[in-house]
Amino acid sequence: METLMVLLIGIFVSVATYLLLSKNIIRIIIGTALLSHAVHLLILTIGEVKKGDVPLLKEKPGPYTDALPQALILTAIVISFAVTAFVLVLAYRAYAKNGTDDVEEMRGDELE
Amino acid sequence: MITKLMIIIPLIAAIIVPLLHKRFKTIHIGWFVLIIPTILFVMLLRFIPLISSGRTFTHTWDWIPSYNISFTTYLDGLSLLFALLITGIGSLVVLYSIFYLSKKESLHKFYCYLLLFMTAMLGVVFSDHLLVLYFFWEFTSVSSFLLIAFWHHRKASRRGAQKSMLITVSGGVAMLIGFLMVAEMTDSFSIREIISIMPTELDHRLFMPAMIFILLGAFTKSAQFPFHIWLPDAMEAPTPVSAYLHSATMVKAGIYLVARFTPIFAMNMNWFWIVSIVGLITLFWGSFNAGKQKDLKALLAFSTVSQLGLIMSLLGIGSIVYVLGYSAETAIYTQAGFAAIFHLMNHATFKGALFMTVGIIDHEVGSRDIRRLGGLMRVMPITFTIASIGSMSMAGLPFFNGFLSKEMFFEATLAIRHLDLHYAASLFVVVAWVASVLTFVYCAIFVAQTFFGTRDLLPKDRVIHEAPKGMLIAPSILAILVVLIFIFPNFFGKYILGSTMLSIYPNMGSIQEMTPTISAWHGFNTALIMTIGVIILGSILYATRKKWSGIYGVLPEKMTFNYLYDLIVEEIQIVGKFVTDLYMTGSLRHYLIYIYLFIFLVVGGYFVKSNSFAIDFSQNAPVEWYEIILMIVMALAAVFIIFAKLRLTAVVLNGVIGLGVAIFFVLFRAPDLALTQLVVESVTTVLFLLCFSYLPEWKVEKSAKITKLINAVIAIGAGVLVVVISFTVLEYSEFKTISGFFENAYELVGGANIVNAILGDFRAFDTMLEVVVLLTAGLGVYILIKSKSKKERNNHENK
Repeated sequence: METLMVLLIGIFVSVATYLLLSKNIIRIIIGTALLSHAVHLLILTIGEVKKGDVPLLKEKPGPYTDALPQALILTAIVISFAVTAFVLVLAYRAYAKNGTDDVEEMRGDELE
Repeated sequence: MITKLMIIIPLIAAIIVPLLHKRFKTIHIGWFVLIIPTILFVMLLRFIPLISSGRTFTHTWDWIPSYNISFTTYLDGLSLLFALLITGIGSLVVLYSIFYLSKKESLHKFYCYLLLFMTAMLGVVFSDHLLVLYFFWEFTSVSSFLLIAFWHHRKASRRGAQKSMLITVSGGVAMLIGFLMVAEMTDSFSIREIISIMPTELDHRLFMPAMIFILLGAFTKSAQFPFHIWLPDAMEAPTPVSAYLHSATMVKAGIYLVARFTPIFAMNMNWFWIVSIVGLITLFWGSFNAGKQKDLKALLAFSTVSQLGLIMSLLGIGSIVYVLGYSAETAIYTQAGFAAIFHLMNHATFKGALFMTVGIIDHEVGSRDIRRLGGLMRVMPITFTIASIGSMSMAGLPFFNGFLSKEMFFEATLAIRHLDLHYAASLFVVVAWVASVLTFVYCAIFVAQTFFGTRDLLPKDRVIHEAPKGMLIAPSILAILVVLIFIFPNFFGKYILGSTMLSIYPNMGSIQEMTPTISAWHGFNTALIMTIGVIILGSILYATRKKWSGIYGVLPEKMTFNYLYDLIVEEIQIVGKFVTDLYMTGSLRHYLIYIYLFIFLVVGGYFVKSNSFAIDFSQNAPVEWYEIILMIVMALAAVFIIFAKLRLTAVVLNGVIGLGVAIFFVLFRAPDLALTQLVVESVTTVLFLLCFSYLPEWKVEKSAKITKLINAVIAIGAGVLVVVISFTVLEYSEFKTISGFFENAYELVGGANIVNAILGDFRAFDTMLEVVVLLTAGLGVYILIKSKSKKERNNHENK
């Protein structure tokens, strides 16, 4: 299971990197979103998977799955959402100001 | 303790003064500032009897004890003399500036910088620890930079400030290297300890490098040839600053350093040669160039350069005692050291007065150009008197203190003849004498061109009259001191200068032995004949200067050090821009490639080097068939994003992956994550779609094949690196899990859901900051949508 997961994550990282290196701003943003998916899965996979119960005390007898990675990922999901939203609006503004969605064409003026 | 207080008081005042400026708009805040140096000066006066009896004071504060750095202040004769100059001249300069600078100037900044400088300069002379000394040393450069650029709307001010900063700070860094070498040799940072240890380390291979690096610091600061070029350009500062920093105190920090380090390095003959020769060259070059200046302040700047060279060469000559050993015969050379300190004091008095008179002329007449000035004697009699006293003292004429120290200088150079140096000894005498003749000439130019002759060339738009009384107080006090020191030289010698001899020549003679009796008349000796020769030849050269002034044009512009400096600064900028432009292309792709290459190199490189790859399938959890299907779907979705023709397809595929991740969260026993992921994924997709209505449809990427290939290689490389490292991490079992702690969540915080307990209790700060991030992002989004650039607004209005 872990081996297959890691391979899947590797594919995600490759695709995300390829998207990051392109010119279109939307592709780049999708690349960052994909990269965060990959990282979330990776954190969970590297902790032990399927080795215990849902970490809800009182409801299950245990032993429980490690809850710490889950808490960390929860924080990460929210933050990556915030960043994605911000970058999307940034893309919109950049297009409104520069009239292009190609990052290679977005150049500030000299000594602005 | 009191010395520490003296460093701190101006610092506190520097913070308070700008606040006072807001409170009292009608009063010139200089009056408040004046209190500080005056109090400090009076505090220091109390120490004179104690110090002159040979006592010293130390006080230590541990600063960084683990690194053995302590803030130790040390008060002895040398630091007392400098502190008296800093606070004494400081008081007079502040008093003068009250009348020089109008209330319309940004006075709070000016006095803030000035007080900061006072702190730094007192810190330099009181510090015993080398690194603390270095800190204050650079601080004087910074405050000097701020003061030179006080009128920063002028280009020349900014240029002068930059030049002084670059030269003195690079010298400072050299000095730091020297300090570290000394510390390496002696295993100590305390100057007093080093003085006692150094005689055993004379053969150390770092001895000469350390000496040269420290001297570089001293020479740049004290404007010695060829680093003198910053001082004339620093004259763009307001005149009180020039009088204070650039003639009386800061430029003498280098002299202080040389005097302080004489007991450490002078056992080596090279110290004598370097210090005295550089001093002599500077003395000559400064006096030679002063004569061709057309600006009064520039003339004074070069004269300061020249006088600093004189003091430096005297210290060099005096240091020969360390090579020869102290005895009755060699005691004459310690008198050179005495003369250096004596002239240092005299120079502060007469040069301070001269700068202030130039400030008065500039203030009242509106010009400092020697070619236009003239005939001011009748309208400004008091200024004329002060300027004449100062100039005659500088020229070394009798009845003024400069005469005494100049005579002692001649005697010191004559004493060199007794050494077995062949014709080098006569060179000392000749250079000293020629430079004195040139000094006489520029002093004559200064007085005669300004105060004699006609007033026809002056600006006609204002009535010229004597300066206000307040402005004349400070220079008058200095002029009176010039005369008083001539009349009672031994009073000053005994109480102030004598104890400095113990600092320069510790463990040699007693104060009484090393303090010579200064007398204005000691027979018709060689030194007096030299002075008479200076007056005769100087007068002739002044009268005929039009005939020989062509000599200044001999050296072409391209041969000057100023040209070299400009060239270096310009080239550094050109080369810097060229190199930066090579990699800072402004392309996001390039920057990402740098980042990825760096990760490959460092992380991947270390991974390969440490040979830590490990893989083990046996511990794997079992896999169900539906899980495999899910994985294949997600992998295909990811790959198809790359080839998606429509952006809508790409976003939907991204959504598929997001949902897949949510399902995996369920499979991996993480229900909270799955819920959050579902919500977030939905909202993100909606956001993407919303954004699409404002952005154009994406085009097919039209990149060169090679670009695509490079991208693919980097992408696959990143994937492989992550996979390989993840496999290894899965095998790594050195760190035990800490999750057992959180399983007590119910007992500890009363929560049955461990994930919630961690987020809300164990790591509540983390969560709070997460909320802050969310809030900041929200604010950013709001502002980005609301705000419109000027261009857009204009477009909107035009519609």
